[in-house]
Amino acid sequence: MGRVGTVVAVAGALGVAAARATRTAVTRQRARRVARPGCWQVVTVDRPPEQVLPSAAWPEPLRRLDGAVEVAVAPAPGGRGTELAARARPHAVWPGLAAHLLGDDPGLLVRRTLWQVKQLVETGEVLRADRTPGERGPVPPIDAPRWPADGPPR
Amino acid sequence: MRALCWTSGGELAVGQVPDPELRNDHDVIVRVRRSATCGADLPLLTGQVPGLAAGEVLGHEFLGDVVEVGAGVRRHRVGDRVVVCASVACGACWYCRRGLPSCCDNGSTDPTANEAEWGHPVAGCFGLPRAAGGFAGSHAEYVRVPYADVGAFPVPESVGDDRALFASDAAPAGWLGAEGGEVRPGDVVAVWGAGAVGQLVARAAWLLGAERVVVVDRHPARLLMARRHVGAETIDRRDTDVAAELREFSGGRGPDVCVEAVGGPAGEHLSLAARFSGRARAPEAVREAVYACRKGGSVFVLNGGARHVDAFPVGTVVQKGLTVRGGRQHGQRHIPMLLDRMARDELRTEYLATHHFPLERAAEGYALFRDRPEECLRAVFTPH
Repeated sequence: MGRVGTVVAVAGALGVAAARATRTAVTRQRARRVARPGCWQVVTVDRPPEQVLPSAAWPEPLRRLDGAVEVAVAPAPGGRGTELAARARPHAVWPGLAAHLLGDDPGLLVRRTLWQVKQLVETGEVLRADRTPGERGPVPPIDAPRWPADGPPR
Repeated sequence: MRALCWTSGGELAVGQVPDPELRNDHDVIVRVRRSATCGADLPLLTGQVPGLAAGEVLGHEFLGDVVEVGAGVRRHRVGDRVVVCASVACGACWYCRRGLPSCCDNGSTDPTANEAEWGHPVAGCFGLPRAAGGFAGSHAEYVRVPYADVGAFPVPESVGDDRALFASDAAPAGWLGAEGGEVRPGDVVAVWGAGAVGQLVARAAWLLGAERVVVVDRHPARLLMARRHVGAETIDRRDTDVAAELREFSGGRGPDVCVEAVGGPAGEHLSLAARFSGRARAPEAVREAVYACRKGGSVFVLNGGARHVDAFPVGTVVQKGLTVRGGRQHGQRHIPMLLDRMARDELRTEYLATHHFPLERAAEGYALFRDRPEECLRAVFTPH
């Protein structure tokens, strides 16, 4: 990978976009390999940069982290779309729900958010899970035989 | 609705769960006509797969009728009879657009969940623990199908339910084994496993022009089916030297293409320490295939239950210049072609459904499938 010319959107609490200096390929590669707070998290979105961050505006999943992360985009090599990177800003104050969900791993939250952006841009929606057994509540049995999964009629 | 659930205490039971609902614009709800057991489910039953929660609905190979359609769905209407690909893929990411839907980036509701296990997120699947997608299984009266325009396919009127059912998973897996192994006209092909997938690998190999096809297994009844329904030659591994038989079968060269389709767990989910301390099982069929394959040949691994295995003969791969590949089925790419072949009678799969059960007796069906492989190739449940 050569020098990465980044189109950078860094927004503060008011969502003001600002330019950011070029990052090196070394920094970018480290971001791929290491998942720890403060490191860049990166996903490749199979769409051009102008569709990923239109007019430097953040898509909804990222907007929730407004002020707490910095974001960078760069064209992916080989026409593979856009490399979308984000990392927690030093001493960031995590807003609202994000703070609640953060636990002690902001890197994971940032990464999940980037994947949601990718899904939204590529498919038009963020995929939702079916209700979990916990959300559904207990399963009332119907009048049918129950077999131990590792035992019965052999 | 009624559904077959894995319950606390390690039991299978049919119980009442809430009906599925449209969760995304590209969803449909399918009323299930048929849903089949699969060898990939067996590790779930014994708790070998981490993350399975009590109350999860099992099953991933199914067909049914569309009864509800999301606002963004364009290709389906209420009343369509569809077969649904067992894996979930978006059709829009880099991998899907290049014909690799089982590698889909967007097929899971939490793509980070299986990064730790596989290195990257892969396509989701129905009826597995949440890390595999977050989608309830098909052993139920109704199923929610995400990305329905991509993963659900209308079934030609002339193709019956029991035939079309296997276009959901077994037939695309079988096709991938032959296509991914790069079977060419004149090839000698060996298939490990005479289950539904193995037999369909053998059939696909014929359709791609193989000149000799042999299936290896230890169940005589399954081998008989492979001879009778697929026209393959067979090797009963219980009473013979498989490597010697394969050398003889291939003029001493070894098969050009070897496909592993044994199903079930080829390895356990073990820690690194456990693997290096020798607790891990060896992948016997893959190892045998690597030794048997001709120099410069191709080995394709289909086993969906494979997790971590060690003591693998890497040197043999190097010395013989083999190509070893693996994959989960790319149904989103192959199902239309397979349905066409089914409609033309080139691909007959209904004989794989050796047993039918109403949904209420699904636990009994699994017990039969697990305990009597001689007799039961696939148990099929009919919820309605």
